[in-house]
Amino acid sequence: MITVKLFARIREDLGVGELSLPVADSVRDLRDTLCKERGSRWADALLSPQVIIAVNQQVAALDDQLSDGDEVAFFPPVTGG
Amino acid sequence: MTGAHWDKAAISVQTEDFDPGAELSRLGQAGDCGAVASFIGQVRGDATAATAGVVALELEHYPGMTERSIAEIIQQAQQHWSLQAARVIHRIGRLHVGDRIVFVGVSSRHRADAFAACEFIMDYLKTRAPFWKKQWDTRGVAQWVDARESDRTAAARWQHEYAAKDFVEFP
Repeated sequence: MITVKLFARIREDLGVGELSLPVADSVRDLRDTLCKERGSRWADALLSPQVIIAVNQQVAALDDQLSDGDEVAFFPPVTGG
Repeated sequence: MTGAHWDKAAISVQTEDFDPGAELSRLGQAGDCGAVASFIGQVRGDATAATAGVVALELEHYPGMTERSIAEIIQQAQQHWSLQAARVIHRIGRLHVGDRIVFVGVSSRHRADAFAACEFIMDYLKTRAPFWKKQWDTRGVAQWVDARESDRTAAARWQHEYAAKDFVEFP
């Protein structure tokens, strides 16, 4: 399984902060599955070019491969400090 | 406190306030220290013609990744400047105008290293550490704060200045 975490505006827009999904081949596959299965609100939130994706708490690229047990996070540009 | 990469680095993500004087004293006692530089960020009121003033902020973070990314930033600073110690404290939760949000402090033998490393750590923290601010204005309206281009520019400047491959820009 893959643990998906959503933060800030994305978490609020989609009404969920964490979910478990069957393992996908790549970050892109995981994202596309979420967008396809969960509808246009998810596509709007996750397909924005501003979205940052992290795998196991390191910034990742769409083509990065996934394995069972990975944690994938989607979040907007950071605004701390 | 976590010192993931270097035993003189201390990182805290916490709801409670901190004591700047105590932090500065500790930094000043680290090794053969001749210089301590620090930065404190506070919540601004930010009233403009277009927006009502801010009364409060809510700080959200990504537990684990936040501490890890700050540790990596400090490690980069330590590789480029000669530092005796580094301390980063970032508050989370609900904060009001005038409250302290963030502390970055470094100590070194000479001031140039301390000034540069402190500014570098702060610039990188703002564009790379996963924190998000939501603000409430005087009308009670909440909205997420947008990332600022000026923060991105400030962080990118270090790459140009030092032409360092490992100063990787956040995507």
